[in-house]
Amino acid sequence: MVYRIEDDQKLPQTRLTALTVIIVLASLLLLLGFWRLQVLDTQHYSKLADQNRIRTIPIIAPRGRILDRYGRVLLDNYPSFSVLLERDSPLQVKTYLNQIATGLGIDPKDLRQQVAQAAGLPRYQPLVIKTDASPADIAFVESHRADIPSLDLLMVQRRKYPSDDFMAHVLGYVGDVSPEDIARSHGRYRPGDVAGKSGIEREYNDILMGVDGSRRVIVDSRGRVRGTLSETSAIPGTTIRLTIDEDLERVADADLAGKEGAVVVLDPQTGGVLAMASRPSYDPNMFAKGITSAEWKQLNDDPEHPLLNRAIQAQLAPGSVFKIIMATAMLQTGVPGPKYTVYCPGSATFYGRVFHCWDKHGHGLVDLHTAIVHSCDVFFYNVGKQLGISRISYFAHKLGLGVRTGIDLPGEEPGLVPSEAWKERFYHQPWYPGETISVAIGQGATTATPIQLAYAIGGIAMGGDFKRPHLLFANPTTDPVPEIRFPLSADTVNQVTQGMYGVVNEGGTAAASRLEGIQFCGKTGSAQVISDDLKHRVSGKRYLDNAWFVGFAPRQDPQIVVSVLVQGGQEGAQAAAPIARDIIRAYYQKKNQGQQQYTKVSKPPAVETAQAAVNP
Amino acid sequence: MQRRVHTADLDWWLLALVGALCCLGIIEVYSATHHVMSGMAWRQLGWVGMGLATLWLLSRLDYQWLLERTPILYALMLAGLLVVLVVGHVRFGARRWVEIDGIPIQVSEFAKLVIIIVLARYLSGVRTDRLSLSDLMKIGALVGVPLVFILLQPDLGTALTLVPVAAVGVFLAGIKWKHVLALVILAGLAIPVAWHFVLKPYQKARITTFLEPQQDPRGSGYQILQSEIAVGSGGLWGKGLGRGSQNQLGFVPVRYSDFILAALGEELGFAGVFLTLLLYVGLLLRLVANARQSKDRAGMYLIGGVAAILGFHIFVNAAMVIGWMPVTGIPLPLVSYGGSATLFVFMALGLVMSVRLRRFVN
Repeated sequence: MVYRIEDDQKLPQTRLTALTVIIVLASLLLLLGFWRLQVLDTQHYSKLADQNRIRTIPIIAPRGRILDRYGRVLLDNYPSFSVLLERDSPLQVKTYLNQIATGLGIDPKDLRQQVAQAAGLPRYQPLVIKTDASPADIAFVESHRADIPSLDLLMVQRRKYPSDDFMAHVLGYVGDVSPEDIARSHGRYRPGDVAGKSGIEREYNDILMGVDGSRRVIVDSRGRVRGTLSETSAIPGTTIRLTIDEDLERVADADLAGKEGAVVVLDPQTGGVLAMASRPSYDPNMFAKGITSAEWKQLNDDPEHPLLNRAIQAQLAPGSVFKIIMATAMLQTGVPGPKYTVYCPGSATFYGRVFHCWDKHGHGLVDLHTAIVHSCDVFFYNVGKQLGISRISYFAHKLGLGVRTGIDLPGEEPGLVPSEAWKERFYHQPWYPGETISVAIGQGATTATPIQLAYAIGGIAMGGDFKRPHLLFANPTTDPVPEIRFPLSADTVNQVTQGMYGVVNEGGTAAASRLEGIQFCGKTGSAQVISDDLKHRVSGKRYLDNAWFVGFAPRQDPQIVVSVLVQGGQEGAQAAAPIARDIIRAYYQKKNQGQQQYTKVSKPPAVETAQAAVNP
Repeated sequence: MQRRVHTADLDWWLLALVGALCCLGIIEVYSATHHVMSGMAWRQLGWVGMGLATLWLLSRLDYQWLLERTPILYALMLAGLLVVLVVGHVRFGARRWVEIDGIPIQVSEFAKLVIIIVLARYLSGVRTDRLSLSDLMKIGALVGVPLVFILLQPDLGTALTLVPVAAVGVFLAGIKWKHVLALVILAGLAIPVAWHFVLKPYQKARITTFLEPQQDPRGSGYQILQSEIAVGSGGLWGKGLGRGSQNQLGFVPVRYSDFILAALGEELGFAGVFLTLLLYVGLLLRLVANARQSKDRAGMYLIGGVAAILGFHIFVNAAMVIGWMPVTGIPLPLVSYGGSATLFVFMALGLVMSVRLRRFVN
């Protein structure tokens, strides 16, 4: 075909005009689209742009450290990384959830649940999905910064509890806050935060935890931080100082090793707890790292109850230690009279039933002093019978038993001092006079905790001045310790403490624990767990007598009270008294050498004394 | 005899609009890239310079000479597209480039030019006021073969740009209503067929995420969403050059090329977008004005084809940036960064100038 250009020069002008109209209309339509986005909806998109580029990174306030009375660190933090999940783009989270879970070794179900639980929180708040990230976890986050920008790392200070379970019950532990905690906290807690769950960590959580800060940063599309907009610094938690003396604590801890029991050391002048230990123990780091349900179950099902702080939670029959309460009541009331004596043939019959003395051969003619020194049961049976349950109960309560001491630790138990009213209320039965006889030697329904006994004996030795036990070191002039006064006559205090001095120093039940040059006073106790009749039929550690010893020094104006419980330890003199002796010896060694010198060599001697206790 | 052609007779209004658009483009390319990759704005400036030279050269060349060589041009184009399919470099999962002396050349850009010329020649040969069915079928074949080749690369965006060239050509040549109806029905039938047999998974994904952008927050749905955020957050006056967070922090995808209007919209606001579109409308209207003055129908078809392809690029790109169209990889003429695309526009405008300079019938 030949191409003939000259053939037609007439152009379709109308169609060209139509083209013009189409161009103008299309442009107007597009401008309308831009107008809608840029003018009508610009605020919405500006917000989205800010959400893109602005990220809020929390700055976690480190928890306050915990020190002993001389400023030695008992509990500190260590730096660690947490993996954060940014939630500003929920679809991204949904898309990569499985990959994230696999990469960090988390159960996808748990992660999904965690994300769902956080649905109600503001979007800009990131979630902590893994604490204590391993190097592999950190590498996973870093290598996926470009394709999973929702992940981030956060440096936090975590609790490092002493590895050898040292002071686990006193210090307590932290754990992730529960959804209920978060709901109650009015915005103070967020998911992934930790809070004190037990011990000092719980008691002083508000002081220890500080206030988290935050940093608003600009990030690019790959999640890299490009600048900081504003920063609110974290306010670190307050460091707190305890009344604990680490040296005495170490002695107590070493002496209790392998046993089931507790030690409480008090300064009766102030109520300050110098040492508190409970065994068996557990590793609080398990909680700080996030305890598994299997570990939790094991701890809870353990027949030895390692989670129990026996110092304040073991409610057991005080046994012969209770005789100090009886002696005080007897001297204060004058019933029976001060010259009262009893002949002990090894047993006595009351209300038609035979009650044995611990020494089958009998103590012969005993007065109050001898009765305390040799712990004569028959003497106190008679005293009990004459005092009656009402007066015993009244004095026991006044001297600190049956009520919580009010120590600054959660979960303290009150113990029990039986009375007619108590029996009526709980058993709807009248009080049988025979029960009074058992109560008189700290058996029957009577129970007390180790701290109550230290508190009671310390208060009696102080002449009726009961300082509330406490762990937080307080300045006595600005922060007076609450106290209860139940004035005892000088004669009462003198006779009772003389008796307790005799227990250790006059060939009494704890003569083996005598300390040269120290006015070490005390009272042993061996409390039955089951009745004599049953003892013949069952055997096992669970049914062995509990050994008690409560001692103090010096006899007048006491400086230190020690209460020792060894469950299944049988003889207070052999199982419990040496522990108290070691602690009092260490206390005086320190006092004589001065704190500075002692601190340098504190740990080795503590171990030596522990060995000495095993081979007396 | 023909009058001598004078450079002074070039469409200076049109060149002024082109210059303004190139300036806007270079400024925004600089703003979007200066702290990441240096020198991109300068390279773009170089291409604009090269483009202007090409435009001048092509304006000297008589378009009649080109029209007479359509069979050779058509054959060369097909051969070039085949070469790309066989030995082309794979980039971003598609074979679109051949290298000549180490310079990557996107053959499909030049295929667009050839199609414009081929159609102009065919349509100017039609003697009736309305195209017949056989005319339509021949046009379909002429455009269809290279379109399929480009689709195979695969480059859906470029392949689609051939369609408006044919559409505007057919519109100007005149089409019967029943044929329009038939074409609409045919297209309606072709869509499901194309969906199942022609489109690649990534192309389908682009279309599905266009329809539901929330489905794929990191893929092309994310791109559109980020583009919309950039444009919307720009407001009436923009955040200022170099101060658009979406642009500067990399949230806007390929912000110097396909999504440059989003970057511009963020930093210069609605005012900037308005100015840009105004310049484009001016450019297109100048093209139509030149088409009206053509010496013959072939010249008019050439300019009409150029206007169609440029208009398609402008409107589809702008619509994509505000989320009205799926992501197709169609750049904004003269403003987006890119050598082949820029050179193509200047060559197309060179053709227009060639027609203009010969508009006076002797």
